[in-house]
Amino acid sequence: MAIGESVKRVDAAAKVTGRTRFASDNTMPGMRVAHYLRSPIAHGYVKSIDTSKVEELIGVDAVFTFEDVPTVRFATAGHAYNLEAAKRDVEDRLLLTRHVRYHGDEIAVVVAEDDLIAKQALSLIEVEYEEYPPILTPEDAMAADAMELHPDTQNSALPSSCLPKNVIGSHEYSNGDAADGIANADVSLEGTYQTQFQHHCHMETVVSWAYMDDTDHIVIESSTQIPHICRRIVAQALEMPIGRVRIIKPPIGGGFGNKQDVLVEPMVGFLASKLGGLPVRLELTREECISGTRVRHPFKVKVRAGADRDGTLKGLEIDVTSNTGAYASHGHSIASAAGSKIAPLYPRTPIHYKARTHYTTLPAAGAMRAYGAPQATFALDGMMEELAREIEMDPVDFRLKNGAVAGDPHPISGKPIVSAGVIECLKKGREIFNWDEKRKEYAEQDGPIRRGVGVACFSYGSNTWPVAVEISGCRMILNQDGSVNVQTGACEIGQGSDTVITQIAAEYLGIPEAKVKVLQTLDTDSTPYDPGAFASRQTYVFAHAVRQAAEQLREKIIAHASLMTEVPEEKLGLDGDICGPDGMRLSLEELAYDAYYNKFRGGQLTSEVSHKVQSNAYSYGCTFVEIEVDIPMCKVEIKNILNVHDSGRILNPQAATGQVHGGAAMGIAYAMSEELLFDPVTGKIRNNNLLDYKMPTCSDVPEIDAAYVETDETTSACGHKSIGEPPLITPAPAIRNAIWHATGVKVDRLPMGPKELFVHFREAGLLGLSMEKVGARDNVCD
Amino acid sequence: MFAIEKYHKAATVQETVELLSQNSEAHLLAGGTDVLVKLREGHEQFKQLIDIHDVQELQSIEMLDDGTLSIGAGVSCTRLIRSEIVQAHIPVLAQAANMLGGPQVRNAATLGGNICNGAPSAENASPLVVLDAQVNIVGPNGSRLVPITEFYLRPGKVDLEQNEIVTDFRIAKESYENTGGEFCKYAMRNAMDIATIGCSVICRMDEDRIEDLHIAYTVAAPVPTRCRTAEEMCKGQVPSKALLNDLAKVVHEDLKPRDSWRASKDFRVHVISTLAERVTEKAIIRAGGIIA
Ligand SMILES: Cc1cc2nc3c(=O)[nH]c(=O)nc-3n(C[C@H](O)[C@H](O)[C@H](O)COP(=O)(O)OP(=O)(O)OC[C@H]3O[C@@H](n4cnc5c(N)ncnc54)[C@H](O)[C@@H]3O)c2cc1C
Repeated sequence: MAIGESVKRVDAAAKVTGRTRFASDNTMPGMRVAHYLRSPIAHGYVKSIDTSKVEELIGVDAVFTFEDVPTVRFATAGHAYNLEAAKRDVEDRLLLTRHVRYHGDEIAVVVAEDDLIAKQALSLIEVEYEEYPPILTPEDAMAADAMELHPDTQNSALPSSCLPKNVIGSHEYSNGDAADGIANADVSLEGTYQTQFQHHCHMETVVSWAYMDDTDHIVIESSTQIPHICRRIVAQALEMPIGRVRIIKPPIGGGFGNKQDVLVEPMVGFLASKLGGLPVRLELTREECISGTRVRHPFKVKVRAGADRDGTLKGLEIDVTSNTGAYASHGHSIASAAGSKIAPLYPRTPIHYKARTHYTTLPAAGAMRAYGAPQATFALDGMMEELAREIEMDPVDFRLKNGAVAGDPHPISGKPIVSAGVIECLKKGREIFNWDEKRKEYAEQDGPIRRGVGVACFSYGSNTWPVAVEISGCRMILNQDGSVNVQTGACEIGQGSDTVITQIAAEYLGIPEAKVKVLQTLDTDSTPYDPGAFASRQTYVFAHAVRQAAEQLREKIIAHASLMTEVPEEKLGLDGDICGPDGMRLSLEELAYDAYYNKFRGGQLTSEVSHKVQSNAYSYGCTFVEIEVDIPMCKVEIKNILNVHDSGRILNPQAATGQVHGGAAMGIAYAMSEELLFDPVTGKIRNNNLLDYKMPTCSDVPEIDAAYVETDETTSACGHKSIGEPPLITPAPAIRNAIWHATGVKVDRLPMGPKELFVHFREAGLLGLSMEKVGARDNVCD
Repeated sequence: MFAIEKYHKAATVQETVELLSQNSEAHLLAGGTDVLVKLREGHEQFKQLIDIHDVQELQSIEMLDDGTLSIGAGVSCTRLIRSEIVQAHIPVLAQAANMLGGPQVRNAATLGGNICNGAPSAENASPLVVLDAQVNIVGPNGSRLVPITEFYLRPGKVDLEQNEIVTDFRIAKESYENTGGEFCKYAMRNAMDIATIGCSVICRMDEDRIEDLHIAYTVAAPVPTRCRTAEEMCKGQVPSKALLNDLAKVVHEDLKPRDSWRASKDFRVHVISTLAERVTEKAIIRAGGIIA
């Protein structure tokens, strides 16, 4: 049946023919546009602001400054609400700010008839700033003379009095005695790994628009991953009851975690309400998106580890320093989640994980695909490579010896891990990739152009349990023609959830996918509750609700068929039609007409489920990569890259492979080229555009191979685990390990692009030497 | 972003020059791939536009009677790449045009716009420089020919009056005949990127010796620059690894790469040397030479 097959995406035809309507395709007569006035400095205070010239401009509806906005601070992170106050996100935002905390901070907002007038209006606002020294690193933020960035913010988890200055959160966990393990190991090593600011670069920029169609409800259409959470936060920010806010989520052009945050929604809601309900749109430019929304947290990770010569990993100490920039957003949750996501990878080894997250005057860091795991895994699997070298063991063998197997206790919860396929993934990858031959072949090389192979592996969760509530809902309606409408709170953001919902619904109803219609637009007034698309949770969590709703509706259909045919329910089935004894068949359409229109029996056949999941499942996998390094050119070319995933049962191979391709490509970008840069003195952003922010093009990303090891995850409705984020995690450490293999040069900082490799190669003495040796080669520049 | 004040569409070169003269604040719009970016950034210099996109006289690629190649300023990069004349006689220009932007940009971007924009990184500049191209300029008082190296005055500034238009680029027969050439763009991405360093070399062999060799760089000095000291050094030499090695050092005598956050000076210097060897080697082989 449907599950397990490469069913075509339900939204494919609409997308490729351009018919899909995104948030900015929808408009309303009289719609106004809003634009922010952003600070040209990284840190300071607005001494004075004069908007009088703007008010004279024809075509301007309004201008608001930090003086005009509500004074209630709110948190923007897209997490389900937590009943425990101590576990809620840090509330440090206002709609506009007087205290400038990063280059591009939002000081004022203009509403006008069109973009040209709004831009002109912005240029007429006069602002005087008092400049403060920028705070660019966690070290700066801790310095004795550093200013407190959020003196008025209450961090309910840890009252600010308990935390050092500008620290937003810290925590640690340990399982066993890691220090002792390291002390008693045959070898022990230390390393420090540094990662960069990365941005999501979703194709559709951030856009929302709002209006009021009565006197007390605000309607906001937004490109968001979290409509229900967004509704709650907008209500909080605007001091309104939740029921008076309605969020509509049309199809969206990518989010990757950036839209797992409340971004411009509270502002458009505020503007529409101030302007008597007029529709107002706020659509950010690419530049504003890159530096004015969210980025991935840079981590500095110190790792200490020990291993015995037989390959037993004896202890791991991981110490993370994370930089969350100007505002909390997901703040310390990222460093915290990173620790729990890597925990089930080498679960038999004692681990001590410590992390601390700091405010600085840089763009706010929030959620981004794989949520801290890429940073932590770059460090962890970087260290695994060092240990393997030190004990002279093959890197795959070393990981095979220590990787998780089903039944190992999870280091944090202590509960046995239900399914774990990392060993099988490594074995399968080793074989497909010809690892052993390549490893040997490239062992001894000199000359300017060299090849190398690298491997890295990961673990990841399938939702946020046990940190947050895991809930999803599904409603099904049998239409008159026998087709079924399915409504869930699950958020299709391009990952393909609507297609998998269709498959699961079809399978458990017993009807063809063509008869299932998943409602693509979410609307918090009518859509069942689900927090949204993040944590690779969507399919794992909704599958329970969808399956149960399908089973319920199927029972009702059968019951009605029994009424109609007088055949007992247990003798009836559904295989597209109702089928019964002696070849009896009844079409669903006929049944539906009867249920709707028979004056005496039936009714509209529907089902509704809201389900809370109380389990998590760990997906595993690895990346194998083969590269060619042109040393004098300081360039790395990926010749082969293979991701092998244990995501439990693969519900739709083509959709899964789409996730692997997209995720690995983002991981390659993370490894090789993407970094948001800022001036080291002023803190001003240098490259918030796609010319200077080096997102790879299709010609920079190689073909990516995907393979699967299908384990059976019994906590899951259909045996599956996460696949959305995991593919991004291991390309960077695998490439780093391959560069080391090829050149003997170890790179511990991302990205590893030509400029960085130049510095490393020069330090290693490779450039002077090889420049003499550069020989004739064809196509060097082609 | 701002409202455009005036927009005229010209049909001929003559009309263009007249429109420019009548509208002293007007500037030309060809493919618009530079101008539109500047408009978005708010450069008011372009608030009056004269669109030359459909001026037929700017569209030809031809060989004149004396063997001179004339390439119209309005020719798009895509047409340059596909042109038989370009492919047969000056393939190094097609190689460069093929590295500009991406397919959509190349369909719109013109050779004239690329050069007149005056960017130190213009992809097509280094091939035109090594080919000793002459820029054909028409103004109210007739036409003038300026060698491309003199056409570039400083970053963003070329030798062009407000009321002048570039009609075509001329490459004399003796500049391209019997040469082999090679181009390389060094950038952080394989497409849609600005060059960190660009390099072109053309070479003509006399038996086993280099008769003539031209090497030019973009982004290695304020304007696209030929390395004349290095060129002199190569003349009459038998190509060898040692020569390439020397060349990698001597090219720097005529260059002055910047130190910026986009790329450090050290890095650019290193890339310049590496390209000197690799691009020259390929050009020599294309010209029929062998590296001893
Ligand atoms: C996404 C993107 C990628 C790009 N990538 C590259 C790249 O890789 N390499 C590169 O070199 N460039 C690149 N560019 C820049 C641009 O595409 C080229 O410089 C292009 O060749 C400009 O040509 P055009 O016809 O579009 O010029 P326009 O924008 O129309 O004009 C550019 C300038 O030249 C003047 N002008 C145009 N034609 C004439 C003429 N006949 N006589 C006198 N003046 C004239 C105009 O007044 C204007 O000042 C890129 C641009 C974009 C948008």
